[in-house]
Amino acid sequence: MKLSKAIALIKGDPRADRAVPPTGVTAQLTVLTAAAMAFLGVFALALSLATGRLADRWASELAQSSTVRISAPAEQLAAQTAAALRVLEQTTGVQSARALDVAEQRALLAPWFGPDLPVETLPIPQLIEVVETRDGYDAEGLRLRLRGEAPGAVLDDHTRWRRPLIEAAGRLNALGLVSLVLIGVVMVAMITLAANAALSANAQVIRVLRLVGARDNYIARAFVRRYTLRALTGALAGTALGMVAMALLPRADAAGGFLTGLGFSGAGWLVPLLIPPLAAIIAFWSTRWAALRALKEIT
Amino acid sequence: MIELNEVSYSYGGDALLSDISLRLAPGSFHFLTGPSGAGKSTLLKLCYMELMATHGTVTIFGRPAHEISRDGVASVRRRVGIVHQDCQFLDHLPLLENVALPLTVSGQSTEANMAEMQDLLAWVGLAAKMRSLPPELSGGERQRAALARAVVMSPDVILADEPTGNLDWEMSLRLLTLLVELNRMGKAILVATHDLNLIRHAKAQVAARVLRIKDRRLQLAGADL
Repeated sequence: MKLSKAIALIKGDPRADRAVPPTGVTAQLTVLTAAAMAFLGVFALALSLATGRLADRWASELAQSSTVRISAPAEQLAAQTAAALRVLEQTTGVQSARALDVAEQRALLAPWFGPDLPVETLPIPQLIEVVETRDGYDAEGLRLRLRGEAPGAVLDDHTRWRRPLIEAAGRLNALGLVSLVLIGVVMVAMITLAANAALSANAQVIRVLRLVGARDNYIARAFVRRYTLRALTGALAGTALGMVAMALLPRADAAGGFLTGLGFSGAGWLVPLLIPPLAAIIAFWSTRWAALRALKEIT
Repeated sequence: MIELNEVSYSYGGDALLSDISLRLAPGSFHFLTGPSGAGKSTLLKLCYMELMATHGTVTIFGRPAHEISRDGVASVRRRVGIVHQDCQFLDHLPLLENVALPLTVSGQSTEANMAEMQDLLAWVGLAAKMRSLPPELSGGERQRAALARAVVMSPDVILADEPTGNLDWEMSLRLLTLLVELNRMGKAILVATHDLNLIRHAKAQVAARVLRIKDRRLQLAGADL
């Protein structure tokens, strides 16, 4: 639809609009439905964007890091750690490797045992953080070499638990998108039903308009304009409410960083602004389709 | 302008009209009579394409009806004024807007044609009622308003289906006078009516052909009319 046509549609023809009497309850229901769908749409969009961010973050952060865990008797721990670090330094594809110090190990265990855990007195394994180059290393070869030089070293390249997490995040992302599509489909159905009800209620008006020489497009336009503006109005209200609700959600850090926060961030706040025009476009085409189909029944 | 050539119309397997031939030429005046249910309204509907002939050819302004698109039908109806017995108004619009409806749907401004609209309403004696809603009008006023709406686009043909069905004799004569005036302006008129007194009265004023539908066929009415 050209911009000039869209503007003409919004401005409308007051005389043409007057020809079709207003339908009170249907009008209010259409606005309400559009508002509810837009409100849900904001949440589905937020879920989809958040899970997308989560999948990206996990994929990028975990893809290039791995851990070597050294479980050995206390008197051999330092020697095996040094041996493992030597092996790692000589391994192609390893960008850096460093043993976590006591404070870092304590911080890792703090969520479970509190901040005052005497890590140095406990027989806990030593962890080595490994950062890979872009090309990565040969995990099997590294495991074999570690087994020879530091028998207590176990390489964990995160693959085992990274893949299902990323898959889960990806599926959540897809679910969010499917929800958005379903919301759109429900909106099409609701507006088509409402438009059909209005067309049926106005069958006699339409018949008179046809008898005096009105073309189908002229009659359809009166209905299309109404339902497009109603859907736009409802969707604007629903989107605004949804965005306010998202803004009032606890911040990601306050909620413990779960799911990197469900709200929008940065330019992401602009994305829900697409919902009202999309709702208007959906209403335009579904009403037009319903109107032209109904008009074909009237000679 | 409108020509029916050996037209038949059937509905649900029952023939309602058979072998009808009729030509509405410019300036012609036809009455169509016959008992209730004879098919007068059906014949009129064939003329303005609310129904399509099942056999034969209806030619409207030089084009076969079955070749005219839906938008084309709308264009044809702007050249054909239709007066229904039940008037067919939009009850939520004042009389002025109802009468101006053909102008409105064809994209013409009522405001630009306001002087003509007022003249038209004065011509049918409804100048004082232009702000009234249709349910507030009497039967006679509604019929005259329907006639005003039928002629507002200055159509070439006027089709009237029992236009005096709800009127008393005085009001029927007034409506007839308006139709005769239109005919003198060169409009083709076809009036379906079972009011034989009205037809006799009209024949004194205008050279009208009187047709009768009998046994689904069209025939010229006898000398009794």
